[in-house]
Amino acid sequence: MSETDAALLARFEATIAADERIEPRDWMPDAYRATLIRQIAQHAHSEIIGMQPEANWITRAPSLLRKAILLAKVQDEAGHGLYLYAAAETLGVDRAELFELLHTRKQKYSSIFNYPTLTWADVGAIGWLVDGAAITNQVPLCRCSYGPYARAMIRICKEESFHQRQGFDILYRLSHGTPAQHEMAQDAVNRWWWPTLMMFGPPDDQSPHTAQSMAWGIKRFTNDELRQKFIDMIVPQAEVLGLTLPDPQLRWNPERGHYDHGPIDWSEFYRVINGGGPCNEQRLRHRIEAYTEGAWVREAAAAYAAKHAGTAAA
Amino acid sequence: MIEQAPQRERRDHDGWPLWEVFIRPRRGLAHVHAGSVHAPDAVMALRNARDVYTRRGEGVSIWVVPSRHIVASSPDEKDPFFDPAADKVYRHPTFYVLPKEVRQM
Ligand SMILES: [Fe+2]
Ligand SMILES: [Fe+2]
Repeated sequence: MSETDAALLARFEATIAADERIEPRDWMPDAYRATLIRQIAQHAHSEIIGMQPEANWITRAPSLLRKAILLAKVQDEAGHGLYLYAAAETLGVDRAELFELLHTRKQKYSSIFNYPTLTWADVGAIGWLVDGAAITNQVPLCRCSYGPYARAMIRICKEESFHQRQGFDILYRLSHGTPAQHEMAQDAVNRWWWPTLMMFGPPDDQSPHTAQSMAWGIKRFTNDELRQKFIDMIVPQAEVLGLTLPDPQLRWNPERGHYDHGPIDWSEFYRVINGGGPCNEQRLRHRIEAYTEGAWVREAAAAYAAKHAGTAAA
Repeated sequence: MIEQAPQRERRDHDGWPLWEVFIRPRRGLAHVHAGSVHAPDAVMALRNARDVYTRRGEGVSIWVVPSRHIVASSPDEKDPFFDPAADKVYRHPTFYVLPKEVRQM
C-alpha cells in the first residue's frame, strides 16, 4: 500500500469511526464498494421480484378498496427497487448491468419470494410478516455508513409501515370473520412463519461476512439479533390477531427478557436460495419476460426522444 | 478543484440517460435533491420522478437535471477549495463578546 493509499484508508476509517457518512465520490476500499454493490443490488432485486407474489392477487382482491390498496402497495415496492438501483448506481455500476446479473442468476434476491401466494390470506401474511421482517432489517440500515443507501432506506421505511398495517388489517378481518376465513388466515401464517424467520439470514456462527459489515457500519445488528427483535415484536401482535405461530417451543423467557423459539430448518433455506424453492423458476422467467416484452416501449421512447432532441428542454 | 461528477454520466443500454431529481416539499422551501431516475427525455424524466419520488404528496414542484450537467467541487472535506471560509471567525456573531449590560442583540 502506498503512502497516499494509507492516508486515504485512514481518512475513510476515521469517517466511519466518527459515525459520519461515506458519500459517492469519497475514496473507499474496493471491498467496501463491492460489498455495498452486492447488498444494495440484491436488495433492489428483492423489491422488484417481490412484486410478483402479491400482484398475483390484484385481479382477485375481495373488494375494490382492497384492490386499490394492494395496487398502491405493489407500486411502492417498484419504487423501492428504483430508489435502491439509483443508490447502487452512485457506486459506479449501471442499472442495466444489475438487471443482467439478476437475469443470469449471478445475483440473488430474497428467498422469501420463491414461495407461492395460495390464498387471499397470503397477502395479509406477507404484509404483516414479510414486510414486518423487512422493516426490522431496514430500520438500522437508515444509519448505514453509505449515504445514498441510508437515504434510500429512510424513504423506504416511511412507506413500509403502511405495508405492514394493511397486512395486519387483512388478517385481523379474516381471523375475526367466519370459521373458514379464520382457518384461511391461520393456514397462511403457518406457511409464512418459518420462511419469514429465514429472511434474516443464517445464524451468526454461520455468517462469515457479518463482522466485516459491522466494522464498516453497513450492518448495525447481527442476523440473530434482528431475528430476535422481530419475534419479540410479532408474538404479542399474533395474540391480538387471535392466531397462533407454528412453533411449539415459542415461549417467553423471563431470564433473557426475550421469546425463545424452536430450531430453524436451515437446509430448507439453502435449498430455496439455491434454486430449489417452489417458485424460483417462475419468478425469474416472469421477470425476464416482462423485461424483454417491454423492450419496444423503451426503444420507442428513446426514438421519440432522439427525434425531438434539440426542441425539448434538455 | 472543480470537476465533473465522474460516475454520474451513465446511460442504461436503451440509451436512457440519468437525471437528478430535486423536489420542493412545499411553498416557501427550496428544491432539495431526492435521487435520480432514468428517462429518455425531460418530459418522461418529470413523469418518472413524480411516480418514483412523490407518491405521497412529498412535493409541489419538481426539477430534473441531466446528471451530466451537474458540476461538483471535489468531495474532499479537507479540500483547500473551502479554506477561505475556515479562518474568518469574525464572520460569526459569537466572535464578538458583548458587554453584560446588553441583554439581547
Ligand atoms: Fe419494499
Ligand atoms: Fe413493503
